[in-house]
Amino acid sequence: MDKLKFASVWMGGCSGCHMSFLDLDEWLFDLAEAVEVVYSPVADIKTFPQHVDVTLVEGAIANQDHLELIQTIRKNSKLVVSFGDCAVTGNVTAMRNPLDGAEVVLDRAYKDAQLLRPQVPHDDGIVPPLVDHVVPVHAVIPVDLYIPGCPPPAKRIRAVLQALVEGKSPEMIGREMLKFG
Amino acid sequence: MPRTLTINGQEVSAGNEQTILEAARDANIRIPTLCHLDGLTDVGACRMCLVEVVGSNKLLPACTTRVQEGMEVHTDTERLRAYRRQIIELLFAERNHVCAVCVANGHCELQNLGIAVGMDHVRYDYLFPRLGVDLSHERFGMDHNRCILCTRCVRACDQLEGAHTIDVLGRGARSLIVRDMNIPWGESTTCTSCGKCVMACPTGALFKQGSTVAEMVHDVEKLAFLRAARERKVWNV
Repeated sequence: MDKLKFASVWMGGCSGCHMSFLDLDEWLFDLAEAVEVVYSPVADIKTFPQHVDVTLVEGAIANQDHLELIQTIRKNSKLVVSFGDCAVTGNVTAMRNPLDGAEVVLDRAYKDAQLLRPQVPHDDGIVPPLVDHVVPVHAVIPVDLYIPGCPPPAKRIRAVLQALVEGKSPEMIGREMLKFG
Repeated sequence: MPRTLTINGQEVSAGNEQTILEAARDANIRIPTLCHLDGLTDVGACRMCLVEVVGSNKLLPACTTRVQEGMEVHTDTERLRAYRRQIIELLFAERNHVCAVCVANGHCELQNLGIAVGMDHVRYDYLFPRLGVDLSHERFGMDHNRCILCTRCVRACDQLEGAHTIDVLGRGARSLIVRDMNIPWGESTTCTSCGKCVMACPTGALFKQGSTVAEMVHDVEKLAFLRAARERKVWNV
């Protein structure tokens, strides 16, 4: 049997979900036996490949790049998993939403709070513009599975991946699997 | 005269003044609740405890519906489970509930109900309303982003403390919990700073100042104790 083609993506989040993934420690060796990692922030692969079996998406949709990449991810992945609270709810990334758009937030961060050369960084094609309204992944594309948690505990991630590797659908019930935050 | 009814097919005997919720609890049948709090009167606001009663085409809140002779009650049908999950999702979508940075993370009745109803994501668009935080009181704070308008604080302040500092302003999702005539909490002349509203709050909306993420544990049991002590002179915890 071919190995499961596995991808993970880091969008509008803090990478804490990926840190929690790395907390799986020696089980990662077992996982590496069972899957082929075809795209991930922990692997040096530049473009999102075709024919991916499972993609974990960390983070909310917060900028123009995310909006474009998430479409490619959906097109090229059999199973898209919202990985962690930012992907599932918007979470901390979306806390700027009530503040009337990206500009006021950028001004606060890069102008009001800076004494030396206050300016909002901009470089077409290099710095992706923020979207005004941060949304969870399922607001943009259909999502097949949700792993809540900020971050999801390593045990929860393992329970999901173990099931997927075995070709089963994970049972998302109870505190161990569903607690947000 | 006691009443006999069935809850989920089980025969239950209840006092004629009892609600379906009380009768179910006496029979060890759990009905989820949110705006109900032992020690306060019930208002049927949150709709979590809705039950099916055979012969009624309406769903009825168990906390405010009295038992009747021969009543056939169902508390855990597929239809009710679907509605309960919808209610919790709508509460999460209505204001800015960010469990990860909330004082009540891990001790929150809304978060616990999310787990209980199997909420893995919210199917509705989040509204992201712009709401304030009142930190004018020297000991307590109120974050409207986390308020679900259950009115437990309103009732605790009125019925247990007798101050009636707290009330509800406006209508619908835009309602706000306010103090006196909508003034900052710290300027209220009727608030006795007793903290009963903070104890009653099911979420992180009311908190002790200085608490950070996951540190705010509410003492809801203390309120039921106070009520029992006053009315029935029962002093054991």
